[in-house]
Amino acid sequence: MQIIRSPKVYDVCIVGSGAGGGTVARVLTEAGADVVMLEGGPMWDSATDSAMFAWNYESPTRGWGGDLKPFGVYDGCLGGWDIEGEPYTVGTGAWRWFRGRMLGGRTHHWGRISLRFGPDDFRRKSIDGLGDDWPISYDDLRPYYDRLDEFVGIFGTNHARETGLHNEPDGIFMPPPAPRAHELLIKKACDRMGIPVVPARLSILTRPHNGRPACHYCGQCGRGCSTHSNFSSVSVMLPPALATGRLTIVANAMAREVTVGADGLATGVSYIDTGSLQEHQVRARIVVLAASCCESARLLLNSKSTLFPNGLANSSGVVGRYLTDSTGLSVRGFIPALQDLPRYNSDGTGGMHLYVPWWGDNKALGFPRGYHIELGGGFGMPGYGFGSGIETYPQSQGGGYGVALKEEYRRYYGAFVSFAGRGEQVAREDCYCEIDPDVVDKWGIPVLRFHHTWSEHERLQAKHMQETFRAIIEEMGGTPIGDMPGPEQDYGLAAGGVIIHEAGAVRMGNDPKTSALNRYCQAHDVRNLFVADGGPFVSQADKNLTWTIMALAWRTAEYIAEERRNGDL
Amino acid sequence: MSELSRRRMLKVLGTAPAAAAVSFQPGTVQAYLAERAQAAAATPYARRFFTEHEFATVMVLADMIIPRDDRSGSATDSGAHEFIDYIVAEQPERQTRIRGGLAWLDAECLRRFDRRFVDCADAERRQVLDDIAWPAKARPEMSHGVRFFSEMRDLVATGFWSSRMGVEDLGYMGNRPTTWEGPPREVLEKLGL
Repeated sequence: MQIIRSPKVYDVCIVGSGAGGGTVARVLTEAGADVVMLEGGPMWDSATDSAMFAWNYESPTRGWGGDLKPFGVYDGCLGGWDIEGEPYTVGTGAWRWFRGRMLGGRTHHWGRISLRFGPDDFRRKSIDGLGDDWPISYDDLRPYYDRLDEFVGIFGTNHARETGLHNEPDGIFMPPPAPRAHELLIKKACDRMGIPVVPARLSILTRPHNGRPACHYCGQCGRGCSTHSNFSSVSVMLPPALATGRLTIVANAMAREVTVGADGLATGVSYIDTGSLQEHQVRARIVVLAASCCESARLLLNSKSTLFPNGLANSSGVVGRYLTDSTGLSVRGFIPALQDLPRYNSDGTGGMHLYVPWWGDNKALGFPRGYHIELGGGFGMPGYGFGSGIETYPQSQGGGYGVALKEEYRRYYGAFVSFAGRGEQVAREDCYCEIDPDVVDKWGIPVLRFHHTWSEHERLQAKHMQETFRAIIEEMGGTPIGDMPGPEQDYGLAAGGVIIHEAGAVRMGNDPKTSALNRYCQAHDVRNLFVADGGPFVSQADKNLTWTIMALAWRTAEYIAEERRNGDL
Repeated sequence: MSELSRRRMLKVLGTAPAAAAVSFQPGTVQAYLAERAQAAAATPYARRFFTEHEFATVMVLADMIIPRDDRSGSATDSGAHEFIDYIVAEQPERQTRIRGGLAWLDAECLRRFDRRFVDCADAERRQVLDDIAWPAKARPEMSHGVRFFSEMRDLVATGFWSSRMGVEDLGYMGNRPTTWEGPPREVLEKLGL
């Protein structure tokens, strides 16, 4: 068996088909580039492969998906925390790594929460002295956020003026859906507490848009939308790219390394066809890594050569460093006012209709940075775990059996709300991934070893989340479920990686000694190599990162297109 | 569900251990669901984990936990016992707890009444359940029974409430295309909104 080398030289090879890869593919193919895209998993079509409208009782496990399908048997994302034959290891602290393995990647998984970073989020060091500023500002990204809003479609409202929250930039929004009953009840309590509750910003269509119909409100975005009414790379970015006739998608292609010529430029990507186990090399004039923050770092670190003994684009040694995830924890509360509520179809869109943007003033708090709050509740589709632990429910009989218990299950249905905090971890050099010297995956590709811990900054933020969520529940006349975890349990903070917002492992910056990429996400060391996922982020924010991954990828792709036009690449 | 068709389920949902070799074809999930619904209607459930005696015990317990009332049928009317057998087979970590718990229940009934649980009179069964169904009130020596019964109650709850019968009983109205206008007026009024 020998390596199959493609005779064709593509203009661009993109590794990964998710938020970043899909965006780059669309912009570059429409700009005339001949693009090949490598995807480690299988093909997937939202129109035909989604399990929309399936009932939990149609599954023998009532929706439970086990380790292979951790977010439920009907979840639209293939992959998971533990993928057979694709291990990773943990050195210091704790880390969990959810990987998508399918066309479109984790855009099938996410909650469509599409929050622009604000002006402050690009210059945190200037504000509080921690971490680093980005080499670009909000104004550099604003046009791309605008284009994303317009092209993809997103609902929400401009609330900066009304709330006074200057770090929540305006966007171009479709009308938001009316709030659900429990969301209004939460808002009523928060209004009294001075906590802003505003329409969520989700990339789900409330109006027909660019040939895609509006949402039909089945609440199942996570299963993949058969009508393409929400954002996924497969539903929104890849169709126009394919329509140019200039995009070639190679599925089941697990990238091994970026190949490099004697001149120190990238020449393409070597990959293994996971079906035939045949080794391939695809050639391209430009390589864009959009394999996800940590996979892109892994690819660079594994692309070692005599020219680049530390791995590619890593003369600074920062590849893998400054790895962050969002902070995250949830609190659930029982709300007596919601008991015995007349039933209504509360499905709505596949996510919250109202949320809480970060409102705190750090000068008055003992910690830097902030978090937003995602609201949950309503009459969900009954499935695996329904009514679990009813013996512990506040105001219940404490267990029991029989007709009275049966009635109790009915009364508690829809009577809970939940608050999930998602906040900013301050980036640190000692949170990182590296190549494990002893372990390879089943294709012989060396795997990542993670080192990740929380600092007092995140622990104090988590404490604030716990106290706030519990206070809101009590203000609603309800009872929080479970005791508040203490400092020895990091106040309930999820382990790093669990929130699935990895960023920073291939960070950008103006100084080649302290960053891997320049302000266009172009490798300082290799000018025809780019990264277009969460890797380039200098810092997180109190906002989910996908919208910024895509705005940044769009900007990077336009830069590449311009450099190609100028003959510089 | 046979092992073969389970493999197929995992395969079409893209989760087979050998996912690398899966060729993803359009429509596979829908085809699987239709096929499964048809197969389920045509064939009686085949036990996967419980012995015949254990299964009989689970059925009696399930219907004591969620009996028929004027709104809907009982746990076993909804097929909850089949779900329990299926899921315990799928989740090895539960197996000893559940099997052992059923054995604990029989041992307790034998000690008190010289009969296994299924052979006891209704009042005798209730006497035992009354000692293990309310964790906060239970005597310390009942702790193993309490632990088992709480897990069984959870399994019965999933089995019943996520069944078609349970979904209808609860009045869940979604999982369908619709328009969205927010909650109806009567809901908002009741909440004072």
